[in-house]
Amino acid sequence: MHVRNTRRETSFGTLLRRIAGSWQLYVLILPAFLYILIFRYGPMYGLQLAFKSYNVRLGITGSPFVGLEHFRRFLSYYRFGEIFSNTIILGLYKLAVGFPIPILLALSINEVRSPGIKRFLQTVTYAPYFLSVVVVVGIVYQLFSPHYGILTGLIRSLTGKTINIMGTPEAFRHVFVWTDVWQLMGYQAILYLAALSAVPPELYEAAAIDGASKFQRLLHIDIPSLLPTATVLFILEVSRIMDISFEKVILLQTPLNLRVSEVLTTYVYKVGILEGYFDFATAIGLFNSIINLVLVVTMNTIARKWGESSLW
Amino acid sequence: MVKHTSHPSLRSTGADKVFDVVNGLFLTVIAVVVIYPLVYVVSASFSSPGAVSRGAVILWPVEPSLEGYKAVFKYDTVITGYLNSLFYMGVGTFINLVVTMTAAYALAQRELLGRTAIMVLFTFTLLFSGGIIPFYLVVKNTIGLNNRLDMVIPNAMSVANLIIARTFIQQNLPSDLREAARIDGSDDFYFFFKIALPLSAPIIGVLTVLYAVGHWNSFFYPFIFLSSKELFPLQIVLRNIVLMNEMGVDSYQNVEYAARVAGLNDLLKFSLIVVASLPVLVIYPFVQRYFVKGIMIGSIKG
Repeated sequence: MHVRNTRRETSFGTLLRRIAGSWQLYVLILPAFLYILIFRYGPMYGLQLAFKSYNVRLGITGSPFVGLEHFRRFLSYYRFGEIFSNTIILGLYKLAVGFPIPILLALSINEVRSPGIKRFLQTVTYAPYFLSVVVVVGIVYQLFSPHYGILTGLIRSLTGKTINIMGTPEAFRHVFVWTDVWQLMGYQAILYLAALSAVPPELYEAAAIDGASKFQRLLHIDIPSLLPTATVLFILEVSRIMDISFEKVILLQTPLNLRVSEVLTTYVYKVGILEGYFDFATAIGLFNSIINLVLVVTMNTIARKWGESSLW
Repeated sequence: MVKHTSHPSLRSTGADKVFDVVNGLFLTVIAVVVIYPLVYVVSASFSSPGAVSRGAVILWPVEPSLEGYKAVFKYDTVITGYLNSLFYMGVGTFINLVVTMTAAYALAQRELLGRTAIMVLFTFTLLFSGGIIPFYLVVKNTIGLNNRLDMVIPNAMSVANLIIARTFIQQNLPSDLREAARIDGSDDFYFFFKIALPLSAPIIGVLTVLYAVGHWNSFFYPFIFLSSKELFPLQIVLRNIVLMNEMGVDSYQNVEYAARVAGLNDLLKFSLIVVASLPVLVIYPFVQRYFVKGIMIGSIKG
């Protein structure tokens, strides 16, 4: 009895001593810890606004509870269908184009024999990743300027018409997705190229001796070796379907293309920050985040069952 | 690998030649599509106002001139924006490095009790967030809107970068080293500053670039947090001039002069785009190698 008690005390004492002994480690992690607590978990605490009728005087915690009122209001709002489908369509379009192209690019670069050309292609396709969204959209505006834009000129010589692309609603989704591909394909291809460089060369040699053509080697060696990387990136991409870049949409948005360019995040910004309906806007944002989270978890579960790699 | 062709059965077949040609064409198209807009913008920026307004620039500068650049730097807002951007980038990156490296070092030590719990707590924020409005309210209530600190505190650390740094420290700073230093009487602070930091130079380089580019290109934070012109970084100035056409032509009294200025304004947009991307494009070739390494490390599951 007495002995057991001491042992427990000792182990508790050891624990305390271990913490005390490494107190400096806790000091070192403190800034990051506080930062995450205030600026990452603070907003999560603020999510309760979605279920309250916000009153500045009463504060977040003191404001009266209204349950799912804001969600109901948003779901019955006449623009709900439009905003929701814009978000989904843009996300799916981006996934359909933005996911396979970097794979294609990596497979293609991997076939180049000259290391110099290989490096050149990587450097070039990777460069736009460093440009800001404003610069990319700025370039698009210049290329499609109705007065002097080189692409407007090209369209004019093909169709005989001068089209203001930035004011054409039908063009918005294409411009959004393809500029994204332009900016990101080189960056995403790097991960696939890394996976390809890990394939043992003997595999190719053996296949070649067996008479496999280059295309067959690509199909049976390269593509399977990309699958784990592709799975992880696919899960990540799917989880971003609802998370369309706010910056880029707001920059490409004009009063003329609003019908197709208003997505959940831009609407949240307008209702919340511009108009000050914090509670309602928080509810819409939460609606968006929950769909997102459900998407990641679902995709990850599928990936795990499927036997390939997963996020966790 | 190169020896393939010497082996009789490995000589490339007709199908392989077609494959190579198609592949070469595909890559040529990609390279042209990626490079052309950049070359066009740079060329236009070095052309004359007239040539740009007429749409005469196709590939190389037409009637080369530096008028666009002269005009850009006559704008007070551009200069203020440039200085603000440099300030936010410098201070912001420094804060990022301090917060990230200290946390990465601590989280790399097995001795840190509860480090798995802390890691889970941190990583969860990559999957779920409170969203724009609650975040906006937190910043408003802690730092306050329209404050320079809004550009450097609410993004003081990226969890993805923390994972990269922690992985690096775990791989390159074996715990034996710290044990040995401990026996020699050095504590964690001493070890962190005198040994861990110098040995982490490569990862600090990667983080510096990642964070600095992030700050330089940042648009969302200034867009929602800042309202006074004196605080605007270059990206906001760029957006106002290139996308919103806010160039203050009205302030010119003389009509003739205003027309000339309007022509110059087309050119100025090109020059401003170049000026705003210059810092990142200049460092790009030097840091690309490290950058790729950073992405690779980051892609390793932590």
